[in-house]
Amino acid sequence: MSVNALYDYKFEPKDKVENFNGMQLLYVYWPHHLMYCSPFAFLVGPDMTFGAMVEEVLKPAVAAHPDAAKADFLGAEWQLNGEAFTPDPNATLKDSGIDHKSMLTVTTKGLDGIAGTAS
Amino acid sequence: MPVKNKKLNLKDKYQYLTRDMAWEPTYQKKEDIFPNESFEGIKITDWSQWEDPFRLTMDAYWKYQAEKEKKLYAIFDAFAQNNGHQNISDARYVNALKLFLSGVSPLEHAAFQGYARVGRDFSGAGARVACQMQAIDELRHSQTQQHAMSHYNKHFNGLHDAAHMHDRVWFLSVPKSFFDDARSAGPFEFLTAISFSFEYVLTNLLFVPFMSGAAYNGDMATVTFGFSAQSDEARHMTLGLEVIKFILEQHEDNVPIVQRWIDKWFWRGFRMLSLVGMMMDYMLPNRVMSWAEAWEVYYEQNGGALFKDLERYGIRPPKYQDIANDAKHHISHQAWSTFYQYGHATNFHTWMPEKDELDWLSEKYPETFDKYYRPRFEYWAREHAEGRRFYNNTLPQLCQVCQIPTIFTEKDDPTVLSHRQIVHEGERYHFCSDGCCDIFKNEPEKYVQAWLPVHQIYQGNCEGGDVETVVSKYYHINIGQDNFEYIGSPDHKRWLSIKGKQTGDKESSSSQDAA
Repeated sequence: MSVNALYDYKFEPKDKVENFNGMQLLYVYWPHHLMYCSPFAFLVGPDMTFGAMVEEVLKPAVAAHPDAAKADFLGAEWQLNGEAFTPDPNATLKDSGIDHKSMLTVTTKGLDGIAGTAS
Repeated sequence: MPVKNKKLNLKDKYQYLTRDMAWEPTYQKKEDIFPNESFEGIKITDWSQWEDPFRLTMDAYWKYQAEKEKKLYAIFDAFAQNNGHQNISDARYVNALKLFLSGVSPLEHAAFQGYARVGRDFSGAGARVACQMQAIDELRHSQTQQHAMSHYNKHFNGLHDAAHMHDRVWFLSVPKSFFDDARSAGPFEFLTAISFSFEYVLTNLLFVPFMSGAAYNGDMATVTFGFSAQSDEARHMTLGLEVIKFILEQHEDNVPIVQRWIDKWFWRGFRMLSLVGMMMDYMLPNRVMSWAEAWEVYYEQNGGALFKDLERYGIRPPKYQDIANDAKHHISHQAWSTFYQYGHATNFHTWMPEKDELDWLSEKYPETFDKYYRPRFEYWAREHAEGRRFYNNTLPQLCQVCQIPTIFTEKDDPTVLSHRQIVHEGERYHFCSDGCCDIFKNEPEKYVQAWLPVHQIYQGNCEGGDVETVVSKYYHINIGQDNFEYIGSPDHKRWLSIKGKQTGDKESSSSQDAA
């Protein structure tokens, strides 16, 4: 469906990748760790490698969680935009098919948050 | 010829000053005079069927409101002169007022603008008069709320720039975008959104908690405002019901359009009320009732009766009502968790509940609190006690429609976020729920333009790339005064000195890690 309007109602999306000065948005969701209330929104360069993203972006973001030190993120189960995904730590985000506003979901089996409550 | 009675009786006066103010145009076409009346597809066959809910003429309105406000302002003065802020239950309560002043009072002003505009859009005189009166009510409420709370600004932090913050602060985009969505809709959708879905169906969940919260916590100024506004709110609710019945009775083609609006605005209203839920369960030192109890009384029971009544028009209860009903066990905890971890970017303080408060939550939420939330909160309290007060230093993903971080969980599994994603014209969009995703799909052109605070920060449009600069320069939040943990904050210290107590060790150590 579309907007009912008195004129041809058409506007540019506000969050097109061009508006991010060469960077792009990346969301990362770590299920069963709801101490972080929602997926993270990161600003990343498309030429960053996947491994660097995990080391330099994801790990500092989750450092305060008691499960963080135990998590093997690179060996975990990943999804990209809801589809199964096998990361290559040396590939860039762009070459990994991770485009602007993509969401990665990383499930670390056996880690279920504070006192096992998915927190 | 006998002289007619010079004084009009009420009925005549009402007729002359409302319906008779309208006329049939002769040298202009009606659709040119009221160009916004038909594009939404709503068919009105006979405006004279409109029942006026307000039954007031302007002269009576002014007289009545002036008397009310004279009394109201006398109480504000007495409250200020007697240092009424010293008699509240606890200074944590003031944080509920900070949320109200920056989140709700600007909505009253937005409602004023909305009613003033749509009042112009209707060719029916009765609807125009009703909108005019409500526009003036909303403007008065915006002002009287600010006056009711202004005394607190002399003694507590975070109340100094509410209107500016409303336009900029990340979580205030939730109420702001709600009203902007309504105000940028056509006139009939605006009335369905605000008069019906908000004022009639959901308003008790906003006003009763805040005003009873004020009463329970010794805030005479705000509770007096609440009493003063009550007669206005009653009129607004009457208008809300009248609007919906009138539209539905006019033409059967209106039913599916109105149903879609009810679905949309119920969901948007429900999402926005997450803020009220957390206020009730976490920010009131003396609690009125739990959010779950309020939802049961004011939505499940009252709303249930209402939608039963509307069944004869072919209207069913709002879509995803079952999700909202189930979510009453969760949303206040999820929202408070969010504000607690982003408490460095808020204009009010956050804290972990004390033990007796945790016990109250366990009792009120027997199915969910101990299982999903209490361990998280106890962990945070321990971390804080050890000098590591938890803040989330990464910005959150936001829902494209309600603009709340995507914090809500699945109805059938509260350990999993109810995240949704779609691709529209080559762009990815993320949502907190099917409810918000459906709203987007119905009008994507509207929501692709959403001004999402997180994305705006990352685009460099908020005066800085780091949270500290955005919070201080762009939001006008005074760092170390308005934000961070309550324990050890300047507000907390001031309250202790009002009560003649010293700042303890625990407080001073945690104020250091907050800074």
